[in-house]
Amino acid sequence: MIRVVLPYHLRTLARVDGEVELEVEGPPSLRSVLDALEARYPSLCGTIREHGTLQRRPFVRFFACKEDLSHEPPDALLPAAITTGAEPFMIVGAMAGG
Amino acid sequence: MSRIRVLVGTRKGAFILTADGRRQQWEVNGPLFAGWEMYHLKGSPVAPERLYASQTSGWFGQQVQRSDDGGKTWEQVDNKFHYEGVPGTHQWYDGTQHPWEFKRIWHLEPSLTDPDTVYAGAEDAALFKSQDGGKSWQELSGLRNAKGHLWQPGAGGMCVHTVLLDPSNPSRVFVAISAAGVFRTDDAGQTWQAANRGLKSPYELPDPDAEVGHCVHRIAMHRSRPGVLFMQKHWDVMRSDNAGDSWSEISGNLPSDFGFPIDVHAHEPETIYVVPIKSDSEHFPPDGKLRVYRSRAGGNEWEALTEGLPQKDCYVNVLRDAMAVDALDPCGVYFGTTGGQVYASADNGDTWSAIVRDLPAVLSVEVQTLP
Repeated sequence: MIRVVLPYHLRTLARVDGEVELEVEGPPSLRSVLDALEARYPSLCGTIREHGTLQRRPFVRFFACKEDLSHEPPDALLPAAITTGAEPFMIVGAMAGG
Repeated sequence: MSRIRVLVGTRKGAFILTADGRRQQWEVNGPLFAGWEMYHLKGSPVAPERLYASQTSGWFGQQVQRSDDGGKTWEQVDNKFHYEGVPGTHQWYDGTQHPWEFKRIWHLEPSLTDPDTVYAGAEDAALFKSQDGGKSWQELSGLRNAKGHLWQPGAGGMCVHTVLLDPSNPSRVFVAISAAGVFRTDDAGQTWQAANRGLKSPYELPDPDAEVGHCVHRIAMHRSRPGVLFMQKHWDVMRSDNAGDSWSEISGNLPSDFGFPIDVHAHEPETIYVVPIKSDSEHFPPDGKLRVYRSRAGGNEWEALTEGLPQKDCYVNVLRDAMAVDALDPCGVYFGTTGGQVYASADNGDTWSAIVRDLPAVLSVEVQTLP
């Protein structure tokens, strides 16, 4: 069970409250978790990753276990604590000042 | 009695303002989609409860929302805007060629006859069309063949911000692009021609009479005379009496011919409205006085409409999509400001009052006249 924390605006789009729990086959990676998330909530397609290229949108960040995984390759495996559900995988809107 | 519904897009959400036909007491609903940039909302002319809304965010990209109950509830529809074929390149700020990249939808224009057909004007400039209520989008890519490699972004981006559908000819569509100009199709979007003859941009272009590259801010038409177009350009207010084949200047006695919106009275095709802005860098009204200017002669002779509008210390802007008229008699005129005010006139512009004063910066205003 993978726990995913979405930012407020994406929770609104997906019409969910609180964390999302996902089942992912095999060792979870950024790609497989995001694939599972978009399959469950198609309204999130294009909001975290670009359509087509599936590249992370510039102002979206991926945090887990106090680490920034945003620049990790898509197939990098997530930490064990994410895999077990002990820690959540966090999708975050980047800081924007002004 | 008729009812009025004003659809307001702002930097941080959408608002729906409603009143009866007297247009005196207003109810303000919102923010809808709070926190998102709501570039534009517009209702179908043939099914007024069907609304489309462009919802966008620097973080999470583009969404399109659709309502079938006048904005009470919304359904997210397709947000895939793919440029057809090899997207190609356009002129970039440094003179090099730059690949087309989708950024957002500036304007949604529902069909005059079919509630499921809607056009979407995009940045980077392109026109998309849906025939299934927004569930899928196809680019009308012929538009970018009209010398698209010479188009360039202005300071606000390179966007299709105006889409005008000809009520007398379903195959004819006009679009306006910053900074490229006006383009017309007579074959329902297959092929497009630049329609910029007569525009002059001596301060923006090395060739002031260039076929493309003009920074057109807005064009408008009256339904009864779709061959007559009015334009607020970066500088200059213009008109065309031949469907954009040629343009002539009608700035006349305006205090400044820079501005963004232009609109036409609902029942008087020669009565038009603009909001003069001081200059291309000073985006506020001349002398700190917010004045709508009205011409009842189709241009050249303008009168200031000031009653009820701030006449000192006012330094807001009125953006290109932020003015609209209703269909009542007398005609109602509405506009929103970057300071968050939405002003309304129920008497052709003679007098004004603020429906609401403290919204986020207003990006767009559309009006529906409901039975």
